[in-house]
Amino acid sequence: MRDLFMPRAGRLVAAGCAATLVLGTAACGGGDSGGGDSGGGGAGTIVGLITKTDTNPFFVKMKEGAQQQAQKQGVQLQTFAGKQDGDNEAQVQAIENLISAGAKGFLITPSDSKAIVPSIDKAKQQDMLVIALDTPTDPPDAVDATFATDNYQAGKLIGQWAKAKFDKGGKQAKIALLDLNANQVSVDVQRDQGFLEGFGIDVKDKARIGDESDPRIAGHDVTDGAEDGGRTAMENLLQKDPAINLVYTINEPAAAGAYQALKAAGKEKDVTIVSVDGGCPGVDNVTKKVIGATSMQFPLKMAQMGVDAIAAYAKDGTKPEKSVDTGVQLITDEPQDGVDSKDSAWGKQNCWG
Amino acid sequence: MTTATADFDVRRHDSLGLRIQHVLHANPVLGPLAVLIVAIIAFSIVNSRFFSAPNLSLVLAQVTVIATLALGQTLVILTAGIDLSAGAIAVFSSILMANFCTKLNMPGLLALLLGFACGTAMGAVNGALVTRIKLPPFIVTLGTLTIFFSLNSVVSRSETVRGSDMPDLMTWTGTTIPIGNFRLTYGSIIMLALFAYFFYALSSTAWGKHVYATGDDIEAARLAGIQTSRVLFSVYTVAGLLYAVAGWILIGRLASASPNVGVDYNLDSITAVVLGGTSLFGGRGSVLGTLIGALIVGVFRNGLQLAGVEVVWQGFAIGLLVLIAVSLDQWIRKVKT
Repeated sequence: MRDLFMPRAGRLVAAGCAATLVLGTAACGGGDSGGGDSGGGGAGTIVGLITKTDTNPFFVKMKEGAQQQAQKQGVQLQTFAGKQDGDNEAQVQAIENLISAGAKGFLITPSDSKAIVPSIDKAKQQDMLVIALDTPTDPPDAVDATFATDNYQAGKLIGQWAKAKFDKGGKQAKIALLDLNANQVSVDVQRDQGFLEGFGIDVKDKARIGDESDPRIAGHDVTDGAEDGGRTAMENLLQKDPAINLVYTINEPAAAGAYQALKAAGKEKDVTIVSVDGGCPGVDNVTKKVIGATSMQFPLKMAQMGVDAIAAYAKDGTKPEKSVDTGVQLITDEPQDGVDSKDSAWGKQNCWG
Repeated sequence: MTTATADFDVRRHDSLGLRIQHVLHANPVLGPLAVLIVAIIAFSIVNSRFFSAPNLSLVLAQVTVIATLALGQTLVILTAGIDLSAGAIAVFSSILMANFCTKLNMPGLLALLLGFACGTAMGAVNGALVTRIKLPPFIVTLGTLTIFFSLNSVVSRSETVRGSDMPDLMTWTGTTIPIGNFRLTYGSIIMLALFAYFFYALSSTAWGKHVYATGDDIEAARLAGIQTSRVLFSVYTVAGLLYAVAGWILIGRLASASPNVGVDYNLDSITAVVLGGTSLFGGRGSVLGTLIGALIVGVFRNGLQLAGVEVVWQGFAIGLLVLIAVSLDQWIRKVKT
């Protein structure tokens, strides 16, 4: 009889621990994700923000900017994100959630520019305003407006800078390209091809990475946009061609990893690294001479403009400009003639993250 | 009437296929070792730069973190379990250690030990859920993977902690020492020492025998008097500690603690174990095989890049290898005496 009323203590304790863990996590993590109520109600307008991931600092800052702007505008911001870059499914579900929540519109950084279009069409049928941030959809006019960095221009600026630097020093370049992944993602392709064009190399097909045949290119490898991928990719390319003296990187974390590889090989003084992003840790790396030049983006500006646009649409139906280039600024401490740039001190004041 | 009773030796008139099956059954490491040697020879022929001391040291450094994760994973898989939270525990431990010594200003050694303790605790959570609540390991570690990954984002706020802001002990594992023409990192040396220790523990201690027995047939082990719950709990907890060590080695390799790295580490650790000939159904395998499995992945990645093969094919090659390895394992299990 006792067994009926006194379950084994061990099982009870373990169950209690598991329950506490679940509740604790829910309590801790609840503030940040989904349904963030950030406004004095106003008209109860709901604005959605769907980012690629919740972990990339770029999107974290974008979300913070959107939340601040939503509070100012008095609208309610609901945020969603995928589990990893390329997680289209989560974004499709997010749009469905926003439609049933009766949102007036949403901002989205599409993980898959083509595959998300049918869901966006569904949203537009409900008279929702859809704005693409950072990455355009395919076709670009599937959304009402696009506020993005011109990633091609971002690549071109660092390419032009590198060309000017190498021409000045009279050096023959041997280039390593550290890309994002093997999927020919639009932001990856644009930055890579923009860099090559800026440097003066024939890019053949602008929509494909890796089809070039210029002998100055030592090779491509992929990094997943993180430090560990950057390090391994740089190491392998250096083994393939020890004469590499110029490294293009998809973003600043990959650049940091590449620098570690160069440092381990004793080459960090002889090799120039260029990157794109403009995050504060990246700008610090420009000051520390880890990165030679980086193209700064403005995610906070994208998010703020987006929230303002949807708030205006909710108020009186005004639609924003179809396409706004939120700008790219070259940050470097070694300015080159013919390429406009700002130094890292300016960068530190305008960086994100 | 035949005088033979139980005849387990390979009979002379067995076909070559059966003989190979018997040999591989007795020595699960031979298959992966053969693959590794063939791969090294092939890549050396394609690009002579492959088979050089600097390049081979590089490959070892590149696989060190995955190999350490895979060591813990091997222990779990030997018990017929699986641990999907390996990478998450490693990265979260590295973030915790880094924040302990920067945001909380703890001395390096204390932060390191506390980080190890956290990793061990996370492993213990897995162990408790598997043994006490009796949930399948796949489900448990699927859940804890998401939980630890989310906690990681919350604690780190997606920010990377720079190596220069941390005490030297944190990034010590990345320091290299030259041994002849080879350049080994302290992280690789720690990894090799751990493999040697667990090779000894699994083959020559009672605990090791219990691990194999539990994985091979848990009911039979229990009936033979083995405390299978304790064995399972110990395996997940020790694995958690190993993942935390992997996290420390990762900080040394990157000279920073980043919450966004290691997206593929969970699957990569399982790949290394499977390629090394350890059976996913438990009870058979060796940590030596896992080391070879991790090296195979590193050799392929490095070798294919040196050979100028496009990156997409690297993934294809590894996937194909995994299928071959699991099929081979199935074939070996069918050995008839």
